[in-house]
Amino acid sequence: MNANDSSKDLVVGTDGEKYPARFADPGLPEHRDRLADRDPAAAKRAERQVAVLFGLSALGTIGFLLAYFLVPPGQSVSSIRLSNLLLGLSLSLGMLGVGLGAVHWAKTLMSDHERVEERHPQRSSDADRAGAIAALKAGAADSGVGVGRRGLLKGALIGAIGLLPLSIAVPLIGNVGGDWDTNKFRHTIWRAGRRLARDPSGTAIKATDVTIGSVFHVIPEGLEAEAHPLEEKAKAVVVLIRLDPRDLNEAPEKKSWSYYGIVAYSKICTHVGCPVALYEQQTHHLVCPCHQSTFDVSNGAKVVFGPARRPLPQLPIAVDAEGYLVAQSDFHEPIGPSYWERLK
Amino acid sequence: MSATQRLAGGTADYLDRRTGIGVAVKSIARKIFPDHWSFLLGEMALYSFVVLLISGVFLAMFFVPSMNQTTYTGSFATMHGVQMSEAFKSTLDLSFEVRGGLLMRQIHHWAALLFMASIVTHMFRVFFTGAFRKPREINWVVGSVLLTLGLLAGFSGYSLPDDVLSGNGLRIADGVARSIPVIGSYASYLLFGGQFPGDALIPRLFTVHVLLIPGLILALVGLHLLLVVLHKHTQYPGPGRSDRNVVGFPLFPVYVAKAGGFFFIVFAVTALLAATFTINPIWSFGPYDPSPVSAGAQPDWYMLFLEGGLRLVPGWTEFELGGFTWSFNILIPGVIIPGILFTALALYPFIESWATGDKREHHVLERPRNAPVRTGIGVALIVSFLVLALAGSNDVIATHFHLSINDITKFFRVFIILGPILAFWLTKRLCLGLQRKDRELVLHGHETGRILRFADGEYVEVHKPLSADERWLRVQHEPSRPLQIAPETNSRGVLRRGYRKDRIRQRVSQFFYQDRVEPVTPAELAAADAHGALDAVTGNAEIEGAVSPAEHASQDQ
Amino acid sequence: MKALGAHRYHRFAPVALLLLALLAIGSGYAALTGGPAAAAAPTADDIAAGSQLFRANCATCHGPNASGSRNAPALIGVGAAAVDFQVGTGRMPMQASGPQALTKPVQFDPQQIDQLAAYVASLGAGPAVPTVGQVDPTLGNAANGMALFRTNCAMCHNAVGGGGALSQGKFAPALWTTTPTHIFEAMLTGPQSMPVFNNANLSAAEKRDVIAYLVAQREGSPGGTDLGSIGPVSEGLWVWVVGLGLLIGAAVWLGAKSS
Repeated sequence: MNANDSSKDLVVGTDGEKYPARFADPGLPEHRDRLADRDPAAAKRAERQVAVLFGLSALGTIGFLLAYFLVPPGQSVSSIRLSNLLLGLSLSLGMLGVGLGAVHWAKTLMSDHERVEERHPQRSSDADRAGAIAALKAGAADSGVGVGRRGLLKGALIGAIGLLPLSIAVPLIGNVGGDWDTNKFRHTIWRAGRRLARDPSGTAIKATDVTIGSVFHVIPEGLEAEAHPLEEKAKAVVVLIRLDPRDLNEAPEKKSWSYYGIVAYSKICTHVGCPVALYEQQTHHLVCPCHQSTFDVSNGAKVVFGPARRPLPQLPIAVDAEGYLVAQSDFHEPIGPSYWERLK
Repeated sequence: MSATQRLAGGTADYLDRRTGIGVAVKSIARKIFPDHWSFLLGEMALYSFVVLLISGVFLAMFFVPSMNQTTYTGSFATMHGVQMSEAFKSTLDLSFEVRGGLLMRQIHHWAALLFMASIVTHMFRVFFTGAFRKPREINWVVGSVLLTLGLLAGFSGYSLPDDVLSGNGLRIADGVARSIPVIGSYASYLLFGGQFPGDALIPRLFTVHVLLIPGLILALVGLHLLLVVLHKHTQYPGPGRSDRNVVGFPLFPVYVAKAGGFFFIVFAVTALLAATFTINPIWSFGPYDPSPVSAGAQPDWYMLFLEGGLRLVPGWTEFELGGFTWSFNILIPGVIIPGILFTALALYPFIESWATGDKREHHVLERPRNAPVRTGIGVALIVSFLVLALAGSNDVIATHFHLSINDITKFFRVFIILGPILAFWLTKRLCLGLQRKDRELVLHGHETGRILRFADGEYVEVHKPLSADERWLRVQHEPSRPLQIAPETNSRGVLRRGYRKDRIRQRVSQFFYQDRVEPVTPAELAAADAHGALDAVTGNAEIEGAVSPAEHASQDQ
Repeated sequence: MKALGAHRYHRFAPVALLLLALLAIGSGYAALTGGPAAAAAPTADDIAAGSQLFRANCATCHGPNASGSRNAPALIGVGAAAVDFQVGTGRMPMQASGPQALTKPVQFDPQQIDQLAAYVASLGAGPAVPTVGQVDPTLGNAANGMALFRTNCAMCHNAVGGGGALSQGKFAPALWTTTPTHIFEAMLTGPQSMPVFNNANLSAAEKRDVIAYLVAQREGSPGGTDLGSIGPVSEGLWVWVVGLGLLIGAAVWLGAKSS
């Protein structure tokens, strides 16, 4: 009920009679006895059912211990699966027995007479509030400052405490970002003459290995010897594709970047950085499986669908004296997802 | 007195002398809690969290949070001799060498999925029943923070094994961080301690996942439960239930048994899932390497709204301006929309109370149909999340239903806008329709299917009037009306300051309450009751429980 | 010795000798080539039969001399492996146009497939059908196969070969029931959207490792049923349907009044 108990208000109905504005609460419904309340045999039965459930739980736990000691995971997929299944089912039974038993007990045997508890307003009483205010006032009076005076003290206190977190925050933030050298985004380890190698074996790739329609996943040769191989791999992975040169439309300034229809593109998606590895041989589309950005390899890897905006950076390649594919230089732009100062 | 009684008495005496705990026991032991299954959703979340803590301690005994490279020498055949991080290796050992380790890992991960699912279901129960209204606004905000913490806990947790699937998820997180204007590249360095992937990430995620977030969650859950005890639990409307009481059963023994038993049921269901269903098979994904990726690359279900958004926003929303790159194709789905939605969700109680001018305490829940706009907003939110989740699973949908993934994406690009709008409109109309049906039922009673024919040829269907209890459920709610504001000009024709703000508030209030169906009043029921000939035949002249004017005046309320 | 020598000039001696020689050559040949999967080298009859089958079933799209048409590519140089794969999995003859050819019930018996393969192989040199030994999973290293699969194949076919989506309604199929021979041939010939993994990219031994890995995945998952190996999407679906469903069921039971 609310503060205005409108069921006491009277309004005039269409027949000219007076009616209360709202209906009245009919009060708690009659209590209905359960079977176990009326019939002692039913109560006994319920008691037994609860005991059986608890007993099942004990069986479950014993089963768990048996499975633990007698069924080791072993070496094969099926033995691991069996161990997992037996341990899990017995654990589940152990838990279920207690849970179902406790709930069944509460439902059938514990008193189910509904009880009513009064609510009190959330607000403290006026007396308590007055007491609180008085206590605060007394404290302020005792503090030698009072409320609204000695602005210098208060300002200095706030200033000092406000500055203190800097002594934790500054060293934390200063160190948590490593060397903070974000210029590293701009370069990879590809250099002129660095051979293209198979990922993950690291063997160099000959131009003649790459036939029309094939895709090679490429890392720079000698990646393992780098100081930070995974970080460099995360920027340097390349996908190497051979198209029929008649299908390849290259921008004039990039014609020298390919080799007889063999093109190399950065494998890191320009959307948010997943490896763009899905190559559809017939459509010449490179699709990123994460968010379906689609790049057209026959047109400079420009975006034809999806949330990416920029084409994949192209790695200029050539062939060395022994016929192995090598890079001509590093990428001509930062690889991977866009960031604020990418073009600066 | 038996031995146990003496022991119990002695312990209680010992404690009380040192803590004065008797007062607390007196006030709490017989506290009344109302009984409804939907009040157990929050407990599902709580108990899933306890299961997470228990299984998590087990896992933490064996997991090595290090990205140092090592070689696998364990029993799983397809990982023989593979280079991997210590984190990945320890997860494999934990799954295959530790007895019960795989079970614990699967319990932990299933419990995490259940934790988030029950939080979301609980949150929507609270939302749809208006349980967040005064005095529970603070608890709603605490709950919103818990939801966010849960998301972070899940994300940091499934990234710990350092496998290809979660590693690509971290790569995406790096890409999202980089897209933030001005500070993006530094945000990336901050998260990973340098370039991606670095070797600081897994140890940092471990600390976050095992220490920082559980600590925060425990503290906030404690606050959340304390507030529930302070405020007393809400209750569904019904006979005998009001804003001034709580009707239910006492904590001890009924809820100790029911809620305590429910914990074991939650644990049992989680263990059953872990025994029979594989989850997160990292041995199939392989250790993280920036080069491989698997088809079907999705995060756990509760992150799908981000994943779907990233798949839907087209690339032309990124542009260069002033030499800087503005990546709105990532910012919109990754930062802006989630930020707006989560903030709006957290602040919803305040928005609604501002819009409706409702300053009263509410302890009786509202039936969702009686708040059509709120219910519509909630359903629209659910639909938008579902659309994003489906969009995030577009490749799975494409392969299973033989559709084109491009068509699915294009459809959802339109439907993410249309769907919630349609859902809102449809839900609001459904709620209003249900309210009208309630009115019909109160005014005219249940249709019995019995047809009477009078001598003059008139056919009527006999209706059975509602019992007082049935009727109460449908008439107990207060009608909600749009705000009335002071007029634009005062009596002298002077424009009032602050009118514009009030007008905006009134407009919002009208959006909430202009379309409404008010509950039946006794006067309306009396007017509808006059059936003349039918009453004479069926003897329904006196409707059971309806209060005639003369009777009421003398009744004590 | 004396008995055998006495029958040296028996009139059936040459017959017996001939039978012995045939037996010796035949079993020696069988032992060396390893069984029926590696069919005997195609004869001119096979090629002729294949040519007839081709004209009846394939020429309408691929051209009378397999030189291609607007609807289908030329088959000169695709090799026996391509034909064995496409026809052996039922993809060819293609039934209806669509984003890609789908597997369906195989239309020809193994001998006819061999004949078709022989005919196409005769048109131009191309990859041959692998031998039994080349596709025997027990000879492959599943761990190496997984590493190769993860880098080269998982992005289309999913980490365990469960299949995945490509653009515009195309898809990379699940590999649960594909035979080792067909897996080898698919890698070698790059059917439809699949890139070509020639032996310089993935050597024959590496292909066998991949086959060993894929066959090992058919044992199922150590954690229980694998829910289709689709990943977190199916896990999320199951937790809502089964997990939350069971729990809400328990909650409703808990809150219901006992009779």
